[in-house]
Amino acid sequence: MDALEAFRRDTRAWLEANCPKEMRSPIRGDGEICWGGRNWTFQSDAQRVWLERMAARGWTVPAWPKAYGGGGLSHEEVKVLKEEMAAIRARSPLESFGIWMLGPALLAFGSEEQKKQYLPPIARGEIRWCQGYSEPNAGSDLASLQTKAEDGGDHFIVTGSKIWTSYADKADMIFCLVRTDPAAPKHLGISFILFDMTWPGVSTKPITLISGKSPFCETFFDGVKVPKANLVGTLNRGWDIAKYLLTHEREMIGGGAGGLLGGRSPGQVAADEIGLDATGRLDDAFLRTDTARAEVDALAFALTMARYKDEAAAGGRGVGDKSSVLKYYGTELNKRRYELMMRLAGHGGLEWEGARSNDGELPRAWLRTKANSIEGGTSEVMLDIVAKRLLDLPSA
Amino acid sequence: MLVLNEDQRMLQDAARGFVQEKSPVASLRKLRDQHVADGFDRALWRDMADMGWAGVLVPEEAGGLGFGYVGAGLICEEMGRTLAASPFLSTAVMAATALSRAGTPAQKDRWLPAIAAGEAIIATAVDEGRKHNPAKTALKAEASGNGFKLSGEKIQVADGHVADAILVAARTAGTPGEKDGISLFLIDPKTRGLSTERVATLDSRGAARLTFDDVQVTGADLVGELDQGLGLIEIVLGAGRAGLAAELTGNAQETFGRTVAYLRERKQFGRTIGAFQALQHRAAHLFCEIEIARSAVLSALQALDRDPADAALSVSLAKAKAADVARLAAQEAIQMHGGIGMTDAIDIGLFAKRMQVAAELYGDADFHADRVALARGF
Repeated sequence: MDALEAFRRDTRAWLEANCPKEMRSPIRGDGEICWGGRNWTFQSDAQRVWLERMAARGWTVPAWPKAYGGGGLSHEEVKVLKEEMAAIRARSPLESFGIWMLGPALLAFGSEEQKKQYLPPIARGEIRWCQGYSEPNAGSDLASLQTKAEDGGDHFIVTGSKIWTSYADKADMIFCLVRTDPAAPKHLGISFILFDMTWPGVSTKPITLISGKSPFCETFFDGVKVPKANLVGTLNRGWDIAKYLLTHEREMIGGGAGGLLGGRSPGQVAADEIGLDATGRLDDAFLRTDTARAEVDALAFALTMARYKDEAAAGGRGVGDKSSVLKYYGTELNKRRYELMMRLAGHGGLEWEGARSNDGELPRAWLRTKANSIEGGTSEVMLDIVAKRLLDLPSA
Repeated sequence: MLVLNEDQRMLQDAARGFVQEKSPVASLRKLRDQHVADGFDRALWRDMADMGWAGVLVPEEAGGLGFGYVGAGLICEEMGRTLAASPFLSTAVMAATALSRAGTPAQKDRWLPAIAAGEAIIATAVDEGRKHNPAKTALKAEASGNGFKLSGEKIQVADGHVADAILVAARTAGTPGEKDGISLFLIDPKTRGLSTERVATLDSRGAARLTFDDVQVTGADLVGELDQGLGLIEIVLGAGRAGLAAELTGNAQETFGRTVAYLRERKQFGRTIGAFQALQHRAAHLFCEIEIARSAVLSALQALDRDPADAALSVSLAKAKAADVARLAAQEAIQMHGGIGMTDAIDIGLFAKRMQVAAELYGDADFHADRVALARGF
């Protein structure tokens, strides 16, 4: 038996023995995700046990080095782990911006001290991070940010505000882009710093969206003192880290597929809820046609994500600018998916409050997807990146 | 792993170099303008056979390369980039699949080495109606003597006008629409009662309309099991569909590449038109679509290499996506080239015409999206 098959066999046995029964069904909606953090309350013992066991093996972040709380697994082994988890429908033990974004950025740009200090608590779900990127007047033109970090000797004094800071009201710490040189060209005066959300001068306020509920906040900094040791990478070169991190974010947003479908495609949901005709086809011809085309695109898109990762692993690099392809296509697809979900729910998708609909879970999720093609860079910005960087078309 | 291995990359490079040099789009133009009745260049096909392509799916013991479906698909993709016309798909992909899987020992001995050597062309005759639907096979095969008597008609038989043998799907039992009762025969096109009419096609190649008037065949001409031929036909068609999907992505990549090059050089309103965001976004969207199609095609070819009998969903996914994307690529290529895109002088129209044929053949995007939906339970 080759090593990978042995790993698969061991992984399967370990998961079988260690993944609690309650953690073997698809996550339906935000309420069932484990986010961790200082103030986290586990929804069940099973959720706590599952996180502890996975974290002890380094499998909350299987590809990270063992020295920083990871599993030290190869690309192929990570794939096997994911396949084996999917086979028993095991839930992700932990989700976080620390895993998706800050961790990869620290691994690439952080000092040894920073890696040792910040990565293991991310892997164990002890510290919850949020992202301080967008600003009220910057939007997709991220590099025009104005939040300033002035030199205070051994520390920075941070003043300004951020918007669309997801879960800032629940986060313990923030990774933040700040302007450290107002005189430099806009990409060259930005730095990447880390600080605690409980420090004096930090405050947050939730933003209400058309979906009625959302994780988004506004975050304000009023003379926050941040030690210079919390600067990641080189002063004024934070844009390089920001870009690197956005690539990870884009891959992730593009890959995130509708929580309410419970792992099913809209076609399968439709088959369950609308029914099939005598030939085994969905009993609504128009809906079926649109659903079938979306299904084709979703399957082909999933293969493209897999192909890019395989290509990146084979070439020993990241997905790079192609993350724009994934972000654009994945988010547009997710919007189509929820349009279909609303069409097939019909009257059932119109209820906004009440227990039966879980307070209008579906229409709220549908409205939430409208943000997918805005957050993390709009679809138009993604197409600009593809046109300029991948197709080498001229600038206006 | 959805990446090519070292051998496959070498084959791809060799195939690209070969078709660019020996069979650029100008060759197809010449075939068309000179009304070459074969619809392809026999000398070129010999050269392709010398490269080993004719035997890409023929097992090594029968004189082939046994390179598999990923290899065959890479060749199709490169042929799609230059519109290289040849019997590769009909013979090296489909007939080789049929015979190596289900041929009798005598049929294998007679035909597989000949296919690998580029000496035999074998066409597959399935379609009878306007839209592809193998289960609706109506061409009748009635028991007669020690064999069967075939009567009926086949249309749009790719390479049927030049074939040395033809695989024919016929109904030995049941009624059109039923899955059982279909059988596959390998017959000589010169058999009495069989008339072959060459049809010049939209893509400047050739196909045949076959009329069967009490054509007598023997039991030895049967390929695979009596009445249970649909499964085998589906496997043969699966190979052909995946090959066409690969060709369609090659077609789309080429028209897209030419379009992007044009956007970079053409000036209007005092600027390079590629600087206009309206065109940039459409080009970028098309690029994304082509990327998606390429993944589906590679996955289908790998699925065929694992098990052709279990690749139907992957193949339909690839054909549905590649056909839609190649169509979009052709439309955008014409539109973004402007008026010149409509002229015969540049090649875009030739790509559009071949796209239409390849998209329709063995099931269009609707046919395959329907199959994907059924396989996914709706």
